[in-house]
Amino acid sequence: MIKKINKLIKSFTLNELRIGLKITVKELVNKKITVQFPEERTPISSRFRGLHALRRYPNGEERCIACKLCEAVCPANAITIESEMRDDGTRRTTQYDIDLFKCIFCGFCEESCPVDAIVETQIFDYVFESRKGSIMTKERLLEVGSQNEKVINQTKLEDAKYK
Amino acid sequence: MEVWQTFVKMVHTLVPWFDGTVAIILIIFIKAMALLIPLMLVVAYFTYAERKVIGYMQLRIGPNRVGPKGWLQPIADALKLMTKEIIFPTKANIYLFLLAPVLAIAPAIAVWAVIPFDEGIYITNLDISLLYVLAIGSIGVYGIILAGWASNSKYPLLGALRSAALLVSYEIVIGFALVTVVMIAGSVNLNTIVQAQQGGIIYWYFIPLFPIMIIFFISSLVETNRAPFDVVEGESEIVGGTHVEYSGMTFAVFFLAEYSNMILMAVLSVIMFFGGWHSPFEAIPYLESVFSWIPGMIWLLVKTTFFMFLYLWVRATFPRFRYDQIMRLSWKIFLPITIIWIFVVALMTQLQLSPWF
Repeated sequence: MIKKINKLIKSFTLNELRIGLKITVKELVNKKITVQFPEERTPISSRFRGLHALRRYPNGEERCIACKLCEAVCPANAITIESEMRDDGTRRTTQYDIDLFKCIFCGFCEESCPVDAIVETQIFDYVFESRKGSIMTKERLLEVGSQNEKVINQTKLEDAKYK
Repeated sequence: MEVWQTFVKMVHTLVPWFDGTVAIILIIFIKAMALLIPLMLVVAYFTYAERKVIGYMQLRIGPNRVGPKGWLQPIADALKLMTKEIIFPTKANIYLFLLAPVLAIAPAIAVWAVIPFDEGIYITNLDISLLYVLAIGSIGVYGIILAGWASNSKYPLLGALRSAALLVSYEIVIGFALVTVVMIAGSVNLNTIVQAQQGGIIYWYFIPLFPIMIIFFISSLVETNRAPFDVVEGESEIVGGTHVEYSGMTFAVFFLAEYSNMILMAVLSVIMFFGGWHSPFEAIPYLESVFSWIPGMIWLLVKTTFFMFLYLWVRATFPRFRYDQIMRLSWKIFLPITIIWIFVVALMTQLQLSPWF
């Protein structure tokens, strides 16, 4: 009986509704933690696996020696490599394509690479303007590498001691 | 109305040949614009406030990209809606389809004609203004029913049926709730009702009519199809309800009607229960003189803004009611309480309970 009366009083004084209203008005004045994306960015781990890049040695020579380990290890068959002997007698790639639609960003290519040529950068906000654009050719990969060499070098150094 | 009479006299002395029907029509037009333009601006920025307030309550920031702090967002929205294509469903009745938004917004704006904003500032002073508000307000339901019917689509029809049944049953509750106000004020003229609440905060009707005020507020949520009673659009069950087939400007008109109805309900609650344009500091010795320079219209706007905020606050807080629960609330709880309170008010009137009677 007392329980019933209690319940009646509670429902007629809108008790639970007032509790809910109190919570929302508390959140209204709370500080917001939204990160304004293009201007502000959240911190990214040095192990983040984003867009790929092909690196060069400091003297400008490309690192990749066309050993095709990355092509072999790639679980999604996203990498296609063709190679040829260059005039100076070294083996180099003539074609190095990564299909980003196939790629699952597992990072195996980076781990298998004996010369640290193919790496995954921290870039994640990239776009294509056509379906063809999903295929990263050798030139584009090298360009991503040369543009971001400083950042790549730093992140790889940060992560090196855990490898 | 004195302000307008002086204005008319001024026009007559300045341009003597300008007289007769043209002058009357022009004055009516100016009056309507003086009400409509601020109203539409308030509606536009009310949508902005809604998105901001609900965003903040959900730990977000809300729109902040268009203009400084997102201040131009409603204008961008309006431009977007105006330039969008209006799509007519196949086999829909185009005339009814286009009539529905007009029937929704016409009463929503017409009701504002009798709202007193300050002592002597109104479009017209009807002696039956409260009845007028209830009568014109209930025409708005035709807009929703027609929209649902003319769309020739199942979800709009279901939404229209649900909201029609709700609006009709809650109109009864609102009618009975306002009867108590009329009993105390002894008039159905909104001006007289506000004037009867003169003399300080204790004279306002929310004190003797506290439960009625809460019932009126909750019923007004239903009347304006607001969360948590927005069964007319309930996204999870019937997509967008009556709005499903509407796009572009036709949709915008429904939107305008809904929001101006909401503001109207907020103003009505202030007029009925919170002393209209009267300052809350009346009859308080020191504060009264400090705040006496603030015009009554500002007090009305401040109080109305609080009620408008309450609508957003409630929407951000509560989940949607089930349809049968809303019906139960209306017929089994609100209606008995209001009828009982009518007798309580009758008793109070007989006992000459001060200071309200």
